[in-house]
Amino acid sequence: MAQDEKLVFSRPHSLLPVVTNYCPGCTHGIVHRLVCEAMDELDIEGQTVGVAPVGCSVMSYDFFGCDMIEAAHGRAPAVATGVKRVLPDHVVFAYQGDGDLASIGMAETVHAATRGEHITVIFINNAIYGMTGGQMAPTSLPNQVTQTSPYGRDVSKAGYPVRVCELLSTLDGPAYIERVTVDCKKNIRKAKNAIKKAFQYQIDGVGYSFIEVVSTCPTNWGLTPQEAFEWMRENMLPYYPLGVYRDVVADGYANAAEAASARSAACPIAHPEMSEGGN
Amino acid sequence: MAEKVLMKGNEALAESALRAGCRFFFGYPITPQTELAAYMSKRMPKIGGTYLQAESEIAAINMVYGAASAGARAMTSSSSPGISLKGEGISYMAGSDLPGVIINVQRGGPGLGGIQPSQSDYWQATRATGHGDFFMPVLAPSTVQEMADCVYRAFDLADEYRTPVMVLADGMLGQMMEPVVLPEPKESLPEKPWATTGHKGKRTHNIVNSLYLTADALEKLNIERFERYEVIREKEQRSEAFMLDDAEIVVVAFGASSRVARSAVVAAREEGIKVGLLRPITLWPFPTKAIEGALSHAKAFLSVEMNMGQMVDDVRLAVNGRAAVDFYGRTGGVIPTPEEVLSAIKDSAKRGGVL
Repeated sequence: MAQDEKLVFSRPHSLLPVVTNYCPGCTHGIVHRLVCEAMDELDIEGQTVGVAPVGCSVMSYDFFGCDMIEAAHGRAPAVATGVKRVLPDHVVFAYQGDGDLASIGMAETVHAATRGEHITVIFINNAIYGMTGGQMAPTSLPNQVTQTSPYGRDVSKAGYPVRVCELLSTLDGPAYIERVTVDCKKNIRKAKNAIKKAFQYQIDGVGYSFIEVVSTCPTNWGLTPQEAFEWMRENMLPYYPLGVYRDVVADGYANAAEAASARSAACPIAHPEMSEGGN
Repeated sequence: MAEKVLMKGNEALAESALRAGCRFFFGYPITPQTELAAYMSKRMPKIGGTYLQAESEIAAINMVYGAASAGARAMTSSSSPGISLKGEGISYMAGSDLPGVIINVQRGGPGLGGIQPSQSDYWQATRATGHGDFFMPVLAPSTVQEMADCVYRAFDLADEYRTPVMVLADGMLGQMMEPVVLPEPKESLPEKPWATTGHKGKRTHNIVNSLYLTADALEKLNIERFERYEVIREKEQRSEAFMLDDAEIVVVAFGASSRVARSAVVAAREEGIKVGLLRPITLWPFPTKAIEGALSHAKAFLSVEMNMGQMVDDVRLAVNGRAAVDFYGRTGGVIPTPEEVLSAIKDSAKRGGVL
């Protein structure tokens, strides 16, 4: 670099210099970069273990520079739980797609959340199974045409999409839940902040954090990348509204446990201190 | 020497696992392994370990997968229907070369079956616990003492060969009480430089993985793994011989059914029948060398099992047509009586031309 040149943009250290297997226009690349920027800025690459289960991002163990585990379909939160229990001082994250997280792995998703596991889950919701070639996902929209809903998702037969952030926000375990997207610079910045905050909460012991990224799948949607973002903005964002669904710190609590305790204030067995010195 | 204590089989499994250095237990309630999980839930918090009741058997085995990836000695326990659910995770552990211990306190099947003792998961344990080309060592205790010994050894085997290891017990052994001398607590555990423990900037990243999309690469790994299995077959066969030296009839039985078979062998000897017991302790690798040794004097083999005839396949494979191979079993949770087995021994003796 010449003397008067200043480096203003480079590949994050924790994003390995390899070619990914993602399609052109796929948002996985952006989200990978954001995860890695967050890891670099918090200087946690060497203390982080990532879990990548089955889906388009299954091979992300070749892209993320931290230690990585490939997991069975849907089981990443259980695997991450095992890792975190052994390495409580490390940062552990799961990186999952919609079929993985909200269909075959829903039990693991809900229970890791309600246990308040100190892990971070990055959820890529693009409303379709990508790797297997475009089948209907648990988050496919009503009337959305996929390989296995060729006449459009018929909600009278296939039921309704799952809004995961809303569902998880009914639980006491999570500390932080936010839904973001990466369709423009402003939203990418917001998504970056959310991911970084999720890791920071984990480091600070605030509790379980969950970031849903409303994403695209140009290949299986049969659209160009630009059209895909248009379709996403027009159809997905009204169904999956962006925003913070839980933030216990913003609500004035130190952590998820404190927030849960306040929520159950009227329940004596949940509050043994209520009876102490009583009667 | 360590003190003898009176313990339930399930509790001996648990306490011995702790002494083997296991500090991470993930389980899901099921009969008849109940006391094992209860023991772990009581002890783990007192010794700085983790007992976690998972949301399912599937989650439990995947928590073992995660804990093993992070380099810890980890275990799960279940009973037959639950083991079926763990099959996926066990296959992934085998494919990722992860050590870990799985306890199966068997009950009758198929389906929900019953809750009485059974040995009907022999095929599942030794052949097809999950999908894909793999084996795992399977240890079969027959006393409460061996419950303790097998689980202790299972952790060492798992780490040495980087494989899941199963202890195949049954509801009878799990529920019965016997005196046991517990093994000494492990002072140090093996290093695991392959584990995903965070690279700390000091090495390239470790990856735990079973995905290989290139056929040649996957074939190469499977072949390498089977070379390791060959070493296990060569070095790790274990069995017990009882009155076997001159036996013309060789009863082959493991676990609970071997206890009944032993009584029947003693009774048959009293009647002058030259019969002995060959008791496999490793079901995989099957003790083929011991069968080979017995072939010099055996005219017939009789496999006694608490199922419809599963281990008898391995006896036939090892005997390979060189002697008669018979089977006697009760199933569905029924335990055979010594009288029934004695009668089966006499039948085998007649067919073998010994009686």
